Amino acid sequence: MDSAVRFRKVSLRYGRVVALDGIDLAIRSGEFFGILGPSGSGKTSCLRLIAGFDRPTEGEIELHDRPATAVAPYDRDVNTVFQDYALFPHMNVEQNVGFGLMVKGVGRRARRERVGEMLEMVRLEGLGGRRPSELSGGQRQRVALARALVNRPSVLLLDEPLGALDLKLRQQMQVELRALQRTLGITFIFVTHDQGEALSMSDRLAVFNRGRIEQVGTPREIYEQPSTQFAAQFVGDSNIVEQRDAGAASHARGWFSLRPEKVHLSIREPAADGGSVAVMGVVADVQFHGASVRYVVSLSDGRSMTAVAGNLGSRAEASDVGPGDRVWLNWRFEDLHRLRDPEGA
Amino acid sequence: MAAALPAAARPRLGRVLSSALLLRPKLLLALLLVPPLLWLGVVYLGAMLALLVQSFFSIDEFTGLIQRTLTLRTYAELLRPAHLDIILRTAAMAGAVTLASAVVAFPVGYYMARYASGRAKTIFYLAVMLPLWSSYLVRVYAWKLILAKEGIVTWTATELGLEGWLDALLSIPVIGGTALSVSYVGTFTVFVYIWLPYMILPIQAALERVPQSIIDASADLGAPPHRTFRDVILPLAFPGVVAGSIFTFSLTLGDYIIPQIIGSSRLFLGQVVYIQQGTAGNIPLAAAFCVVPIVVMSIYLSVAKRLGAFDAL
Amino acid sequence: MRSDANVRKAPRALTAAAVAGLLFLHVPLALILLYAFSTEDASYEFPPPGLTLRWFAVAWGRQDIWDALALSLRVAAFSTLIAMLLGSLAAAAMSKTRFFGRESVSLLIILPIALPGILTGISLRSAFNLAGIPFSVWTIVLGHATFCVVMVYNNVVARFRRMPGSWIEASMDLGADGFQTFRYVLLPNLATALLVGGMLAFALSFDEVIVTTFTAGQQSTLPIWMLTELVRPRQRPVTNVVAVFVIVVTFAPLVFAQLLARRAGGAGEGGPR
Repeated sequence: MDSAVRFRKVSLRYGRVVALDGIDLAIRSGEFFGILGPSGSGKTSCLRLIAGFDRPTEGEIELHDRPATAVAPYDRDVNTVFQDYALFPHMNVEQNVGFGLMVKGVGRRARRERVGEMLEMVRLEGLGGRRPSELSGGQRQRVALARALVNRPSVLLLDEPLGALDLKLRQQMQVELRALQRTLGITFIFVTHDQGEALSMSDRLAVFNRGRIEQVGTPREIYEQPSTQFAAQFVGDSNIVEQRDAGAASHARGWFSLRPEKVHLSIREPAADGGSVAVMGVVADVQFHGASVRYVVSLSDGRSMTAVAGNLGSRAEASDVGPGDRVWLNWRFEDLHRLRDPEGA
Repeated sequence: MAAALPAAARPRLGRVLSSALLLRPKLLLALLLVPPLLWLGVVYLGAMLALLVQSFFSIDEFTGLIQRTLTLRTYAELLRPAHLDIILRTAAMAGAVTLASAVVAFPVGYYMARYASGRAKTIFYLAVMLPLWSSYLVRVYAWKLILAKEGIVTWTATELGLEGWLDALLSIPVIGGTALSVSYVGTFTVFVYIWLPYMILPIQAALERVPQSIIDASADLGAPPHRTFRDVILPLAFPGVVAGSIFTFSLTLGDYIIPQIIGSSRLFLGQVVYIQQGTAGNIPLAAAFCVVPIVVMSIYLSVAKRLGAFDAL
Repeated sequence: MRSDANVRKAPRALTAAAVAGLLFLHVPLALILLYAFSTEDASYEFPPPGLTLRWFAVAWGRQDIWDALALSLRVAAFSTLIAMLLGSLAAAAMSKTRFFGRESVSLLIILPIALPGILTGISLRSAFNLAGIPFSVWTIVLGHATFCVVMVYNNVVARFRRMPGSWIEASMDLGADGFQTFRYVLLPNLATALLVGGMLAFALSFDEVIVTTFTAGQQSTLPIWMLTELVRPRQRPVTNVVAVFVIVVTFAPLVFAQLLARRAGGAGEGGPR
């Protein structure tokens, strides 16, 4: 499988600030790849290195297996959709979208045709004559998308593409971007701090933290089998459980991640069986999330755990549990996922 | 659909050059900075240093020739009572002018920043900028007309029966004189008039930056309007006042035209410099006198910077 | 939430003081206009004994005024061009990157205007004397360009700073090299700032008298002509006519510059909001 982008031991430093620290990464051709992390984790730096706006302090970058470290951004087969869209205010939509073609010397008629096609693809037909200031946020984003894609790059970079949109629009764009990528078949790489977005859009994703990659994998892999505590808590919600007693044979001591939806809450003590653990606690908070309900429970040793249950209405056993009630939490051993690199070990 | 690279043409010179510069940001920076720095460094700094070096020379009183040996004699000359007088007189005028401009400018700037909007604001801007740009000499000249014995001030005073006040003003020692156009009062008024826009604009800019929410917060916390003004607005406007004062003070220190046209025969610093380098041919003394405003302004500027004036410019 | 401030009305005393301040600024100019029509030419008598238009014709006929005007225009034009070039280069360098000595460069650019003009004038004069350079149009231009740079610089650097860096990156990302980016993206957006800075520089040079008296040798720019007239008046109303002319001529580019600056302030819409 050929790689669209490869990082070999890439570091990026600004004076004493380390933005990226010895990153190795391989992004496959044709995949929708997500780069996820909190601010300052190095995810945007990564994108900028791929686009060519910054040069790595150490390491090599390859685009389609060809060295690209010293190649200028305008010579790379990569196009970017910027977080602030960066539309040129002194040009109208058609001129903006056609900019890359104009600069390469494509003739006016061919340009008009290709721009027209692109505007149709992003559903902005007829708006070619407008200026960016006359468009809505969602429309501007489509223009930015069209402007990047009209050049038929082999890699498209998207910097926090959905951050400025409201919820409904965001959900709609997620679907549209996926469809677009599948139609075009090119590599899409996007950066986000929103783990929900990363999980729902990516074929594979990398979790960044403080300049290093915590984990790379498919969304399901990362969610179900987080390898580090950071990954466990940044991607979705997680309880971090220290298993001290021997328990079942295969579970020795160590630190484990336990997803709240795998924790079952009940009012009566659950029946003991060899495959599960049960503890007692007091409900500290109940949060209603529409489709689900989240319980924060304080345990006798002072720790707190989170349990999430689907909103089954009055059929649920624990439907009228409130703060201060005594409850039992239980979970199965196989739902525990061992963490590498535990903090506080 | 992996896109092919653009048709393999020989890379254009522009691209090659551009990439070379992109890889060497320091070179690009140097290319950008060298022309202006060279100009300013050679033409301006060079000339100034050449002048200041001459302040360490001295003039032979008998031959009138400049002796190019380094000495502090010329600086000692500055300390002669007559010369000290000049320096102090100029500094005092500069201070008075600065204070008066601040007082007159503040309401204008305040109104512009907080109550004028849209078209009214543009009109105000133009109204303040027009005198600023419409020829210094013309404006000085206007006051020569106004303060002349047969001019409008005397006429107004006579019509309103206030000649007594005018004469009393003129008979005050030091600042008075035989007529308005040859008294310190006259010079002072003209200075304030000329530099006023320089004081209005930074005050307006500083006040404009005060968000309405701060004023609302002050009221919300219980402060009556005059306390809000004193404790919130004034301190925030102060850097603007200081910024404007840099101009009024510095410009007054060096001006030689206004005192010449509207003033008594007692000289100001700028005039002395002009005379010394001109008819008297005493460049070392002129240079030494020049050092005074440089030193004064350096101190003033560093104090002003501490007070935040540079952010208000 | 600036709009709230506009709803309130200003206290009477404040409005009065503000208006008084403005009047103080403009009444003298109005008086000059009045005196340009006065029939009295030996003194500044108020009220003027009579009104006439003849001084305008007289001024039209005075060759020395035309010569001075021509020289002023030439000097202003050349100084502005040089200032625009140097100012833009400096602004480009200072707007984004941080480098050692940045504050000093900024100070150096402002210095010619911050220090008293007499200092600049004398320095240049004695430097020209030392170097044996004869006084001519070019010595005047040399002086003017030096303090005009800051006018262009201030305007262009402010525009540069308001320009999101992502525009340049987007342009390069789409395939334009440095020069193409300058031509298609930077220049169109800097044009108004350059124009405004240039006009302010022109006005400054046109009006300047202090440095000019030292660098001019025998020639007279319009302000120098005025200064001579002020010290030794020939025909007073003619001086007034020229003064009126100068006011009008400076007014037009000023209004133009102001309108351009306001229009350009709202033309930066290319982002999410």
